[in-house]
Parts: sequence; C-alpha cells; structure tokens
Amino acid sequence: MGASQSGPVHMFQDLAYKTGFSIEQIKNLHNRFIYLTQAEDTLRREHLENVSDLALNPIRRQIIEAFFDKRNMGEKEKGCLQEIGFEEFVTVLSFFRPPKPHTADEEMKNIKKEKLRFLFNMHDTDNDGIITLDEYRRVVEELLSSYEIMGAETAKAITDAAMLEVASVTVGQMGPDEFYEGITFEQFMQILKDVEIETKMNIHFWNLDTRTVQCGK
Amino acid sequence: MFICFFKNFFFTRTTPLTNPQISGKTRDLATLPPLHWMQSNEETPPIAFSKPNNGDEKNGNKTTKKSFPVLSLNYENVRLPFEISLWVLLASLMKLGFHLMPRLSSIVPESCLLIVVGLLVGGLIKLVGKAPPVLESNIFFFYLLPPIILDAGYFLPIRQFTENLGTILMFAVVGTLWNAFFVGGLLYGVCQLEGTNLAGVNLLSCLLFGSVISAVDPVAVLAVFEEIHINELLHILVFGESLLNDAVTVVLYHLFEEFTNAGTITVTDGFLGIVCFLVVSLGGIVVGAIYGILAAFTSRFTSHTRVIEPLFIFVYSYMAYLSAEVFHLSGIMALIACGAVMRPYVEANISHKSHTTIKYFLKMWSSVSDTLIFIFLGVSTVAGPHEWNWIFVVATLVFCLVARVLGVIGLTFVINKFRIVKLTSKDQFIIAYGGLRGAIAFSLVYLLNPKHFPMRNMFLTAIITVIFFTVFVQGMTIRPLVDLLAVKKKQETKRSINEEIHTQFLDHLLTGIEDICGHYGHHHWKDKLNRFNKKYVKKCLIAGERSKEPQLIAFYHKMEMKQAIELVESGGGSKLPSAMPSTVSMQNIQPKKPPQDRALPQLSKAREEEIRKILRTNLQRTRQRLRSYNRHTLIADPFEDGLDEILIKRKKMKELEKKMNNYLTVPAPPADSPSVARARLASDPQAWGLKSVTEIPTIKVELVSPQNPESVKVVDEFSKKGSQPKGSEEEGGLTMRVPSSEKQRKDKTPDEEPQPRFMRCLSDPGPAAEDEDEDEPFLP
Repeated sequence: MGASQSGPVHMFQDLAYKTGFSIEQIKNLHNRFIYLTQAEDTLRREHLENVSDLALNPIRRQIIEAFFDKRNMGEKEKGCLQEIGFEEFVTVLSFFRPPKPHTADEEMKNIKKEKLRFLFNMHDTDNDGIITLDEYRRVVEELLSSYEIMGAETAKAITDAAMLEVASVTVGQMGPDEFYEGITFEQFMQILKDVEIETKMNIHFWNLDTRTVQCGK
Repeated sequence: MFICFFKNFFFTRTTPLTNPQISGKTRDLATLPPLHWMQSNEETPPIAFSKPNNGDEKNGNKTTKKSFPVLSLNYENVRLPFEISLWVLLASLMKLGFHLMPRLSSIVPESCLLIVVGLLVGGLIKLVGKAPPVLESNIFFFYLLPPIILDAGYFLPIRQFTENLGTILMFAVVGTLWNAFFVGGLLYGVCQLEGTNLAGVNLLSCLLFGSVISAVDPVAVLAVFEEIHINELLHILVFGESLLNDAVTVVLYHLFEEFTNAGTITVTDGFLGIVCFLVVSLGGIVVGAIYGILAAFTSRFTSHTRVIEPLFIFVYSYMAYLSAEVFHLSGIMALIACGAVMRPYVEANISHKSHTTIKYFLKMWSSVSDTLIFIFLGVSTVAGPHEWNWIFVVATLVFCLVARVLGVIGLTFVINKFRIVKLTSKDQFIIAYGGLRGAIAFSLVYLLNPKHFPMRNMFLTAIITVIFFTVFVQGMTIRPLVDLLAVKKKQETKRSINEEIHTQFLDHLLTGIEDICGHYGHHHWKDKLNRFNKKYVKKCLIAGERSKEPQLIAFYHKMEMKQAIELVESGGGSKLPSAMPSTVSMQNIQPKKPPQDRALPQLSKAREEEIRKILRTNLQRTRQRLRSYNRHTLIADPFEDGLDEILIKRKKMKELEKKMNNYLTVPAPPADSPSVARARLASDPQAWGLKSVTEIPTIKVELVSPQNPESVKVVDEFSKKGSQPKGSEEEGGLTMRVPSSEKQRKDKTPDEEPQPRFMRCLSDPGPAAEDEDEDEPFLP
C-alpha cells in the first residue's frame, strides 16, 4: 500500500478503534475487499455470490444477507442495503473477532450478547424482533437443504420440537389457548447460554497477508 | 507395547533371579495343559496353591489296586485360570467395596485405594512365605492396557480433540521431549557428583530413564480425572497428551536402548530418531485407520447377525493394536485411530442393542483392567526388587516435577499465540498438576535387561516412588485444589435440539465467513473433510439409507427414540428426569390455522421396525425377565442414566396412586385446572368419545401402578382417561419433550411426526397382540 495517503490510513485507524481489529488486520481486509469487489468502491450481493467456496454452503443466502442487514451496522434502523462500503464490511466481520485475552467478565458478556444478536438477526428475517415458527423452519430447511432426501415434514418436526423446547424452557406455563408468538431475543439468549458463543463464534484474523493460503490455528 | 522375550505367559512368582525349578514347572504347565488332566487321576497334589514343586514328587506313587476315586482333588490343572479369576474377582470386589463407602471414595481417589489394597495383598502373600507376583510386562501390554485404550479411543470426543489438536501435539511431543532430556540430563549430572556412588550410571541410561518417566500415563490420568469432572477442554488436553506421547516414548526408549551398548549417539542417529518418530506415530495411525475402515465396512453387512456385531469391533481393534506392535509402531495410537475412525460408521450400522453391548463391555473391561493394574502396582512394590538410593530417588522426583511445571509454562506461552481461546494460568496449573505417571512407566523399566542396565533395580525403585507420589499426593489433592481454584467443571447438560441446530448453523456460518475473508482456516478444512466424508466415504461404509442421513436428522431421531424409550421405561406416568414442568404444548406454538391433513411422514422401514422392536421388547420386558436365557434374545437396557430417578418417581407415583385409589377420585391437579383438562380432552379426536368429557376422570381401582410386574398393565394406565390428570399432576403439567408431551396433549396437531409414528408402533400387532390392543387410545 505504498501509494496510499494519509486518508485511507486515517480511516483505517478509525476503523481499528471502532471495531477492535489491528491495523494490519484492517489492511488485509481491505485487500480482500478490493479483491472481492474487483476494485469497485462498494460491495454488492453479486460480488459475494461469486466467491466459489461459498456456493456449497447451505446457508449462504443468509450469510450474504447478513452483510447487507442494517441492523448489524450498529444503527437503529431496519431494512437492507443494496451495497456496502468497506466500513460496513469490516463492521460485520468484527462480530467474528475473537475477544482479546484478559477481557473482563462484563465485557465478555457484552461481546456474547452482540454475537448472539448477530445470530438472532440472521434468523429474524422480517425484522420484527421475534423468530417465528416459520422463520425457524426456514432456518432448519436451509440447514438440511444440502441433503437430498429429507422431506419437508422432517424439517417441520424438528422445528416444532425445537420451538416447543424453547417455549417450555423460557415460558413454562401456558394455557392451551395462549399462543406463543416466537422466540424473543432474551429467550434466544437463554436457550443458547450454554453454547459459549463468545469462544466459538470466532475466526482467526491473521496479521499477515491473507492472500497466501494459510492453514488455520 | 513391546514384544517380550519371556516365554512364560503368566505371573512369575519368583525373585528376579529366576528359580529354574519353579520356572521349569510352570513352563510345563503352560505347554501341557490338555494332557495333564489325563495323568493326574491318581495324584493328590497339595491344596496350598503356591507349592509347585510338590507335584513332581508324587508322580511315582501309583498304586495298582486302588478303588475308584469318587472324589479327587486336582488343583494344578485349573491353577492358572483359577488364579486369574481370583485376581479379577478380588479387583471387582474391591471396586464394589469402595463404592459402598462414599465418604472414603470422595476423599481418596480409587487408584490410591487400589494401590493400598495391592500393598496389603502383596504383604499378605509375602507373609505366607511365597513370592508375590510381579506385574509382567507381557500381560500388562497385551491384556491389561488395550481395553483401557480402546475404551478411551472409541469414546473420544472427536470435536474437542480436533479443535485442540495442535495444543495436544505440542504438549505430547515437545513437552515429553523436554521432560525426557531435562530429567535425564540433570540426573546424569547428579550421578556424576561426588558423594553418591552412582558413577556407574552412564548418560544413556539416564536419558532412557528420563524418557520413560516423563511420559504422562493415560491410565492414571483417566482414573483421577474421571472423578473430578473438570471441564472438557482441560480433560481433553491432559488426556490427549497422555495418549499421544506414546509414540515419543516408544522412539526414545528404543533409541536409547539400542545405543546403550554403543555408548554414544551421533547426529545421524538423532536424525534417524526423528524419522523413526514420524514412522512410528504416523504408521500407528495408518494401521489403526485401516483396521477401523475394515471394521466399519464389515459392520455394513451385519444386519442379519446382530449378535456378533460387538465382537467385530473388539477383534478388529485388538488386531490393530497387535499389528502395530509387530512392527514396533505405536500400538496406543493405532488403537485410538481405529476406535475413532470406525465409530461414526459403525454406530450408524449396528443395532441399538449392539451399541449398548459395546459400550458396556468396553467400560467393564477397562474398569477391570484399571483396577487390576493398580492392585498389581501395589503388589509389585512389595515384591521388589528394590534398591533404594536416597539421592537418586529424591532427585528424580524433584526433577520430574520441576520439568513438568517449566515445560507447561513454556509451551503455553508459545501455544497461546496461536490459540483463540487462551489457556489461563489456572488451566496451566491443572495441566501441570495432572501429569500423573503410572503403570506404563513401570512396565517399561521392568522390561529392561539387567545385563545392559545394572541400575535397573534402582530405576524401578525410583519409578515406583514417583508413581506413588503422583498418584497419592497429586491424585488426592487435585480435587480440593480444583474446588479451591474454582476451575470450571464439566457441564452436565443434555444436548438440546436447539443447541444442535445452532452448532451446525455456526459451523456453516463460520466456514462461510472464512471463505469470504479468503483464508482457509480450521473451519474450511473441516467442512471440506465433511463434504468428502459425505460424498464418498459414507456411501461405502454405511448400510442402506442411513448413509444419506444428515447429522441433524440423526440427532433428532436419536433423541426421539431415547425419549420414546424413556417414556415406556418409566411407565409413562412419571416425569422424565430432566423435563421441567411446563404446560406448553404444540398447540400453543402453532399459529391458528385450519387443521391440515395428517401427513404421515416417510420413515424408513428399518427404522420403524427398530422402534417397534424396542418398544415391544420394553413393554414385554418385565414379563419376560425370567425367561430369556437365550443369548439370542438379549434385551437391552437403553436407559442407562437416570434410571434411579425414574424408579424413584415410579415409587412415588405408586404411593400416590394408592392414596388415590382409596378415594376413587383424582385430586385436582395443582397446575392443571379441570377446565384445562376438559378442554384438552375435548379436543381429542380419538376414541375417547365413549367417556363423557365433562366429568373429572376417575381412576378405577383395578388400575395397576407402574411398578407392577405385569408390565402390560402399565399401558392400561393410559388407556383409561384417568391417567391423564394423574400423570400430569405429578409433574404439574405437560412435559417438555415432544414424545412424552404427546401422550398428554390432546390437541390435534396433525403434523406431529413423532406422534403418529409412535402410535403406529404400538398399535402394530406384535407377539402379544392382545395386550397391545389397548394401546391405541394411549396416544391422543
């Protein structure tokens, strides 16, 4: 990046401060961003869909959507963007940054909450703050979509079982006439509290140039 | 682990200088057992079991005219199996005894108690005047060690193991090397000091000793760590290290043993040593993997001979171990690789009962082995031979501890640069403290040839001291230390379907993010491996339709089946142990929409059959309990854990029922108002229409409690409507799990997949068709 001026560097520093990445990591991500967008300014959905490895991923649609979801950008708005810039790109990726060592417990809780919020947003596609049965069912169907034989009924059954479990665990007593709307964010946090998201939902961001293939960990 | 050159296959009841008379006699016995019984009609050997000489003298006394011996005594024939059985029985009784004394077993780990027992038994034998048996290396490595390792390998948590593989390898390889050279080198330095008469110990002997004693022992680690229930990460780190350092130990041992005669090691030898290490470890893994794949492939065809399925697993694994030993590869790694490779495929192929059999046999064998090993460690200590040298022993102990601590700290410093989840100092302490030594080290030293290693006895003594120290001191204090340091314990939660869904989701998500970021990390390769597995390997190794079943579905089916079995097992009335009281039912979740056609899902015939069989056998279980001697109709006990709770609940229910029977009414369920019950019943579409839905259901007097041995009546409970509130009052509502809530739920959500399946299973006319007719109203 010899030709870069103080402008991008300044931006990088801002980003580093905001997202917690180091300057080298931001530089690498910038390189990757340029590679993905083929030197355009903004990233669109087609660019992400061109990533070949992503084609085999059963939940690629939701992953791509997550990048364009306004809720993940830290704003209070809802809705989708059509294209994002580098700043939004890094913001979304910052959800996957491993927590720094010696982080206080309070901070860890916040980090966990943020990561869970990201997951929740991925499931809650209509932005109403609740994961309904249909939305959950869609998640399960996508997960199973790479396997040919499973009929819709199995996905439905699994979803039903899962929802029942969530409702039972979080709400407990319900009369037969009440209707369980869906999973709210608090309930979501409650059922996943044992999964240790803060340690699992991380990927390694290398400080070195990531354009060379590296084996992780 | 090493091919022994000893010819006798059982315990030598000798001092180290072999008694030719005795060994000759035992060799006779070993070679001539089948013929011996024919000659011994008129012999009357002595009853005391350890006087082998006397048998010879009586051979000449043959009377010609003797009345037919109605009762004769011939102990010599059965001596070997008899004694082995006695030892095994002793070990098992000891184990039984310890668990009957909960206070003692909560303070002192089992391994310590067993060593003490061994000491006592050894002392007793010595008191009687005989020479106590020493733990033969042959027996240890061929019979006692494999079950433990196979048990560990088969049930190895692959996910955590592979996630931490780098860390584990670092500890196992680099850590053991560091320990070996540190201890060996420093001991040599100590031996060179003036004042100790240890000048005879050359450098290579010291290094050999160091390499043997530096290996963390899987048996000891398992024995101690199993009781303290620390979190999975630490468990897998220490345990994985103890398994994988076997290769290092093998190579170092051979290296130093070979070159003790030569006197020096050149650079070439060092280089060859490295190559040897790679060959030994990778070769062991390859051998294990080959046998694992063979076993998986064989299990694909065993659907008609279910009874011998477990045998294949055991024999293939043992063959893997022995084959690796033939080439002096690492047998332990072969066994681990075999178990880990074959497990996912075998479990998809074999029947539920075989799975239970394998699990229980492995646990049983490893438990007995474990006990025997520790007892024999104690006995061998008494047997000797000992050569106590204060300086050497103390130096060994100190250097071992210091080396371990320094090694762990240094390695963690390096490792933490690469880990996402760093190891805290608490973790480091536990890892260092958990480096227990055990019987493998002892057996390896025992194998040393006294000619090449004149200080062998001293080594033995030092090793025994270190083993005792680590097992007793570290073993006993680790539990209070874990509590003191508030180390995270293992979470005993049941895997819920939500967690499973999200774990899978996370896997895919992280792989996707890695792909977007463009670097091939941990998840990327794992995903590739999974895809390869799904595409090619599963098709070969798993029979039938199961090969296409995704993990989530398999998990769901397993969970369902487990719940169905739990349901039947518990008599249906009592609450499942982990369910929380909840009145949430499916109808609360489904949005209000018109009832759809009931769509019966596709279920593979084999699965359906399996479920039916399980349910049928469990329903008939109590009736058939006394009748099944036939080994072809072994009935599995699928509900291993929590059975006690179920039985307690049953008992409670039985008492409750007795009370209710007195009044002939049902006390109002606390959390379930009559109106709710009515509403539930009202919406039931099934054949309940006969009974009026407005009255509170009553329990008939002839209703039998779940504990009644007439298990068929168990199902009667559900056929009477009265069972519904009775069951629910116990738990205050519906239970949370799907199949159990089915029986309570009266709503008619047609797309309940497990429910119709369940019903179909029970309504299937089985061998006792007349009993199961009443099952139909069982389910809503």
